[in-house]
Amino acid sequence: MDKTRRDFLKIAGLSALGLGAKPAADAFAQSAQGPKIAPIPEALKAKRWAMVVNLKKFKESGPDALQACVDACHTIHNVPKFDNPKDEVKWIWTESLAHALPNEEHHFLEEFVKEQMKGLPILVLCNHCDNPPCVRVCPTQATFRRLDGVVMMDYHRCIGCRYCMAGCPFGARSLNWRDPRPFIKTKLNREYPTRTRGVVEKCNFCDERLAKGLKPACVEACKNKEIIFGDLEDPKSEVRELLRANFAVRRKPQLGTQPQVYYIV
Amino acid sequence: MYNAGKVIIGILIFLGLFTYPIWSPIVLGKAGPPPQLEKPDPAKGKVCVEATDYMRSTHMSLLNNWRDWVVRDGNRIYTGLEGKKYNMSLQNTCLDCHKSREKFCDRCHNYVNVSPRCWECHIEPEYKQQQAVAWRSK
Amino acid sequence: MFENALRGSKGYWAWIILLLLVLGAGFANYLRQWVFGLGITGMSRDVSWGLYIGQFTFLVGVAASAVMLVLPYYLHDYKVFGKITILGEFVAIAAVTMCLSFIIVDLGRPDRAFNVLLYPSPNSVLFWDMIVLNGYLFLNLLVGWTVLGCEQRGAPPPKWIKPFIYLSIPWAISIHTVTAFLYAGLPGRGFWLTAIMAPRFLGSAFASGPSLLILLSFLLRRTTTFDPGREAIQALAKIVTYAMVVSCFFVACELFTVYYSQVPEHVSHFTYLFSGLHGKSGMVPLWWGVIIMGLLATILLIIPQTRNSDTILPIACALAFASLWIEKGIQLVVVGFIPNPMETVTQYAPTLPEMSITLGVWALGALILTLLYKVAVAVREQEPAGMSH
Repeated sequence: MDKTRRDFLKIAGLSALGLGAKPAADAFAQSAQGPKIAPIPEALKAKRWAMVVNLKKFKESGPDALQACVDACHTIHNVPKFDNPKDEVKWIWTESLAHALPNEEHHFLEEFVKEQMKGLPILVLCNHCDNPPCVRVCPTQATFRRLDGVVMMDYHRCIGCRYCMAGCPFGARSLNWRDPRPFIKTKLNREYPTRTRGVVEKCNFCDERLAKGLKPACVEACKNKEIIFGDLEDPKSEVRELLRANFAVRRKPQLGTQPQVYYIV
Repeated sequence: MYNAGKVIIGILIFLGLFTYPIWSPIVLGKAGPPPQLEKPDPAKGKVCVEATDYMRSTHMSLLNNWRDWVVRDGNRIYTGLEGKKYNMSLQNTCLDCHKSREKFCDRCHNYVNVSPRCWECHIEPEYKQQQAVAWRSK
Repeated sequence: MFENALRGSKGYWAWIILLLLVLGAGFANYLRQWVFGLGITGMSRDVSWGLYIGQFTFLVGVAASAVMLVLPYYLHDYKVFGKITILGEFVAIAAVTMCLSFIIVDLGRPDRAFNVLLYPSPNSVLFWDMIVLNGYLFLNLLVGWTVLGCEQRGAPPPKWIKPFIYLSIPWAISIHTVTAFLYAGLPGRGFWLTAIMAPRFLGSAFASGPSLLILLSFLLRRTTTFDPGREAIQALAKIVTYAMVVSCFFVACELFTVYYSQVPEHVSHFTYLFSGLHGKSGMVPLWWGVIIMGLLATILLIIPQTRNSDTILPIACALAFASLWIEKGIQLVVVGFIPNPMETVTQYAPTLPEMSITLGVWALGALILTLLYKVAVAVREQEPAGMSH
């Protein structure tokens, strides 16, 4: 059985400080009789996933569209809803333009928001940075960046040190300060797990949906193409076309984390 | 060594207590009856992803590997016995056949006195959604 | 040697029992936290580190400061520190133990703490902090116990211990530098993103640690026959003086860059400290307390008459210690999160269970220190006549 071999390699890798042991183990796992493990064939693949949030479209659609995105995500991922901000857990939520882009704030921004954005806030979520500080600081690799750009959380491994929460410049991460289960106010999605107290969670770009060939829940909830999701490395992708045709901003680009959520203002 | 006699007696008592689980069934009689696990509905098929013996002894590391392959490597399909393909998911695949955590997982886990923490996150079929009455007792 | 810790006066045992009670209360509250989760504390989504990590940060400094005794004594053969060096090393042992305990009580999933070893991640500063802290604990245990054991037999320390002693000097610097790097390398936290963080940490460490040691020396002089010597205390006082002056200077450097450049992400945190931000000013009184106590301590230490006074020196040291305890132990960590990345203000105050757990860890440290000092003092009292350092 290749599992024992894999386990052996794991231990061997541990003594070699884990360097390079994992790819080797995976190769073993595949070599036996055909691929032992494989991705789902319908899975959506990309070199670099990215998201474009079109604020002009949200202006047309109004506040319900924003709420629909939040609800879709939080329902499908069993995200709890606490009544107090202290214990709050959220994957995607709304912030005023001035709070979401604090560097762009000026005295007359409110007037712009009122006249050009109908006073609406904007959606914020994990930026799935190309150069994510949360991944850099994690002492257990519980949070890691996949090759397709998704910054993932391994809830099995997280020790709850919250270094990633200090490292994230976007406030995208939440700790489960207490057992979240009793606070899941929506109907439980029985195909997706909940989280347990003491681990950090955040948006996963709907990794579990991409794996099945589905777009992220918030994108699907947008009836009017308010959010577009796609491969940034593919010049013909919709996200690339949008970025070619419009001027887009990102949150705190000066920090060098290379956020991959773009906003068309 | 000071108090050599007392120290040696102490060590012997410690060893005796420490090895209690090993010698107690032999000396004090038989071990308890093995647990009776609920078998899945035969309509679901007669085999598990791997052979029964293997599953009995190694399901924990199989599940650990599944966990890493899915969460970390993005591989979700597992080819099991007879080339059958499975979605690697405790919640959606294992529990699809083994419908009851209580009558399958727990019976054995209780017997061997282990308490894996799968169910803090993964939702078992019997789980009834409950909501908190008061949000915080400060 | 340890049997000395099991013999003592009524006062000694009363003190031990008191510590055990505080420790027990802290442990009971920790069990509550274990079951309920970190929601039992005052920490929140916005202020996600609080008292625990603050105390950890402060105590790393106290631990590192043992180097201020080891270095003059072993490297420069400064004989005055002969009696007191072991006290510094034992403070380091107690302080590092407390540091590690604070990290553990701060974890959301302490049952998985060993994941740090199972999945070593050299890109995380926390990984390196774990290595240097444990290494430092080991070094001080080894050096302190070996040297004291030799002293009891009236023999000089063995040769093989010397490399470990020398190693402990840069190692002490490393624990506080690495701890500063925990903060100083995060792109989105303007309060911490400053190259002077590590020097500032070291400056304040060499003030807080030795001032604690001076206070402990006065205490030992009162309660036991052991006297580290007036000269040693005065030498330590000079170290505290320089360290306080340097600390004040470093803070001034920080304030200059922040306020002259006027970069909002850096200014906003200090505005919150000095006068409050968006109408919220929970830290303002404490911050002014830090400034006033720190400056007062520095002045009392600089003036030779007050520094030389056996009544005023402990006051100055207590002021310095309290000032740095609030600054490192609470504000440095908490204010890094205020305002949050959205430039909004969520304030933080520890809860009662959180304070009890914190006190419990301090009681653990005090217990370890008491036992170690009891042994050290007993060894000194039994010392063969004629042996002097």
